[in-house]
Amino acid sequence: MNNPTPSPVPATPNRDIKIIVNAGLKRRHAAERRFRWYGLIAISLGLAFVVLMFANIIGKGYPAFWQTAIQVPIQFDAAVLDPDGKRDPQALANADYAALVRAGMRQLFPTVQGRLESRALYGLISSDAAYELQRRVLQTPALIGAEQEIWLLASATVDTLIKGNIDRTLDQSERPIKDNQIEWVDQLQAAGKIEKQFNTVLFTSGDSREPEQAGIRGALMGSFYTLLVTFLLSFPIGVATAVYLEEFAPKNRWTDLIEVNINNLAAVPSIVFGLLGLAVFINFFGLPRSAPLVGGLVLSLMTLPVIIIAGRAALTSVPPSIREAALGMGASRLQMVGHHVLPLAMPGMLTGSIIGMARALGESAPLLMIGMVAFIVDVPKSLLDPATVLPVQIYLWSDLPERAFVERTSAAIMVLLAFMILMNGLAILLRKRFERRW
Amino acid sequence: MSTTAIETQVALDQALDPSTAPRQQSSVELADYDNRKTVGKITVDNPKMACRGVNVYYGEKHAIKNVGLDIGANEVIAFIGPSGCGKSTFLRCLNRMNDTIPICRVTGEIKLDAEDIYDKDIDVVQLRARVGMVFQKPNPFPKSIYENVAYGPRIHGMVNTKAELDDLVRDSLERAGLIKEVEKRMHEPGTSLSGGQQQRLCIARAIAVNPEVILMDEPCSALDPIATAKIEELIDELRENYTIIIVTHSMQQAARVSQRTAYFHLGDLIEVGDTDQIFTNPRHKLTEDYITGRFG
Repeated sequence: MNNPTPSPVPATPNRDIKIIVNAGLKRRHAAERRFRWYGLIAISLGLAFVVLMFANIIGKGYPAFWQTAIQVPIQFDAAVLDPDGKRDPQALANADYAALVRAGMRQLFPTVQGRLESRALYGLISSDAAYELQRRVLQTPALIGAEQEIWLLASATVDTLIKGNIDRTLDQSERPIKDNQIEWVDQLQAAGKIEKQFNTVLFTSGDSREPEQAGIRGALMGSFYTLLVTFLLSFPIGVATAVYLEEFAPKNRWTDLIEVNINNLAAVPSIVFGLLGLAVFINFFGLPRSAPLVGGLVLSLMTLPVIIIAGRAALTSVPPSIREAALGMGASRLQMVGHHVLPLAMPGMLTGSIIGMARALGESAPLLMIGMVAFIVDVPKSLLDPATVLPVQIYLWSDLPERAFVERTSAAIMVLLAFMILMNGLAILLRKRFERRW
Repeated sequence: MSTTAIETQVALDQALDPSTAPRQQSSVELADYDNRKTVGKITVDNPKMACRGVNVYYGEKHAIKNVGLDIGANEVIAFIGPSGCGKSTFLRCLNRMNDTIPICRVTGEIKLDAEDIYDKDIDVVQLRARVGMVFQKPNPFPKSIYENVAYGPRIHGMVNTKAELDDLVRDSLERAGLIKEVEKRMHEPGTSLSGGQQQRLCIARAIAVNPEVILMDEPCSALDPIATAKIEELIDELRENYTIIIVTHSMQQAARVSQRTAYFHLGDLIEVGDTDQIFTNPRHKLTEDYITGRFG
C-alpha cells in the first residue's frame, strides 16, 4: 500500500458494481424460477398420487358399505320350529330355520320345480338368513305362528349382480350366476323386493368365508386390544427411558452405546421383531399364538424406539432456563423433571407416541410371524383370544378372488385410513393446542 | 515492566493495611498489566461467604484461576469484567449451579457461614435454598404468578396451611415491589408479565424461601432503563436482609447498587475494593483500562 510506485490497476473494462450485478441478475432469477417449478412439479406429482390412491380405494370400497337384501315372506311355522310346543330355548335354537327360508323362496316363485332349480333358487339368499331368523325368534318367541315379510341378506353373487359387476352377456358357464337366477333377480327387482341397505354386517361381525357375512369387527377389536397392550407397555417404558437418558444418565461410553442402539432399533425391519416375538414370547414363554397380547408385546418392541427418540427430542426442546430456575430454587433433580420439564415435554411426547401408535396400527408383517394371520371368525373378547388386526385382515381379503371381497378389502382400507387420519389429526391437535414457544 | 513484583508488593501491602484509606492511594503507582495477583483487600470483617484458592476448569480450560474473596454479610458486591472473564462462572460456584455441567470441575474452598459448601455432607438442595439465584433472562415457570412464588416454599415444605402459603406469597411479592401490579391477577401465567415484572417475579420467587444470599447474574441485561431502575431500587432495599452478589456488564449499575466491587479478567480476580475506590481510583492498570472504557 505504501509502495511509492502505485501498482498498475488491472485493465478491467468495468468495475461498476451495478453493471456487474445486473449482468448476472437474469441468470439468478431464472435459477430461482426454475427451482420453484421443480418444487411445484414435485408437489403436484405427490398430490396426484395421493388423490389417485384415495379415488381408487374409495371408488372400489364405497359399494361395500351397501349390501343387497331380498324381501322374503316368512311363515314362522310352529310345526317346524317348535313341534312339542314347549317354547324350550334349546329346541328353538336348534330348529331348522333354513326350511323357513326355503319355504319363503318357494312361495315367491311357486313355479320352480326340481332339485337343481330349487337349489339355484335358494342360492339367491345368503346362508346367514337362517341365523337371522333364529336370532329374531329367540328374541321374540311370540313370532312363532306369525307370518312376516322380512328383508334377508342376498348372497354375494346376487349382490355383485345388482351392483353391476357381472357381465350378463357372457355365457352362463363363464359367470358365477346362472341364467335362471338372473331372471329371478330381475323379477324380484321389478316387484320391488330387492334393495340395497346399509351394510351393518361389515361392522358387526367377524371374518367369514361368505363375503356377505364377512365383517371387520373381529379385526377392529383385535387391533384395539393389540394397540392397548402396545400403548400400556411402550408409553410408560418409553417415557421413563427418555427421561432417564436425557436427564439422569451420566454421559459416558455406555449411554452413547445405548443411544446408538436405540436409534438403530428404530430402523430394524419390522418382520425381524415378529421373528423375535415368535422365538421369545411364544416359543420361550409359551404365550398363546395369534393372541393380541403377543401382538401388543411385539409392536411395543417396535414402537419403543420411536417413542424414546420423540421423547428425548421433546425433552431437549425444553429450554435450559426452566431447568436452571427450578434447580436454583433448590428443587431436586426429580422435582425439576417432574414439576417442570416433563409437563412441558408431554405434548411432544404424546405426539410422538401417537405417531408411533399409528405406525403400529398399520403394521402387519411382524404379526404374520406370530400367527395373527389365521382365519378367525369369532370377535375376540380378551387379550388371549385368537385375533387378527385390520392390516392383516386386509391382507387376507386381498388374497380372495370373489368380487365382493375386493370391495371389502377396499372398505377395510378405508376404515384403517380413517383411523390413521384420526390419530394423526389428534397428534396435530395436541401439538397445536399445547405447543409452547419460548 | 521490570519492577512488577515490587509494585505488586507495595500495592498489596497498602491494600491489606487497614490503616490505609483507599482514597489516599493515588500516589501509589498502578499495578502493571502482567500482575495477576489480586490487588485490594479480599477479606471483610464479617464474612457471609469466604472463598479461598478457587479454581474452575471446563474440561481443559482453566476458567477461574486461584480466586480468593470474602463476601460480607448484608453487603451488595458487584462482579464486573469483560465478557468471558469468568465472573458468571465464579458466581455459579457459590450455589453449585456448575454441578449441572458435567465437564466442570471446581477446586478450592468456598465457605458459607464456616461450612464448606463443596463438602460431601452438604446437600445442594439445602445449599440452593440458602443461596438463591436470579438469572440473566427472566425465567418464570410457565405457571401462574402465585404458583411461581409458591413453588419454593412448597417443595421445601416451609408452610403447612394454604393461608400461610398465601401470606408468604403476598409478602414475597410485596418485598419484590410487585404486589400492586399483580394483586388482581395472581392466577394469570407468570409469562404474561412484562420483562421487568417477570424479573421482579423471579426475585420474589427467590426471596420466598428466605435465602441468606441472593446471586444475581446480570439481572437487568434484558430490561429497559425504567425496569432496571426498579430492580436496582429493589436490590438496595433487599440489602437490609440479604447478602447480594450481582454480576453486571454495566459499570454504572455496579457503581449505583454495590458497596464493594470485584474486577475479573480472563479468570483472574484482578482487583477488589470499595466501589467508590474502584471507580475513582483503580489500583490496577487492567481495572483502569476497563472502567475508562479502553476495552470491555
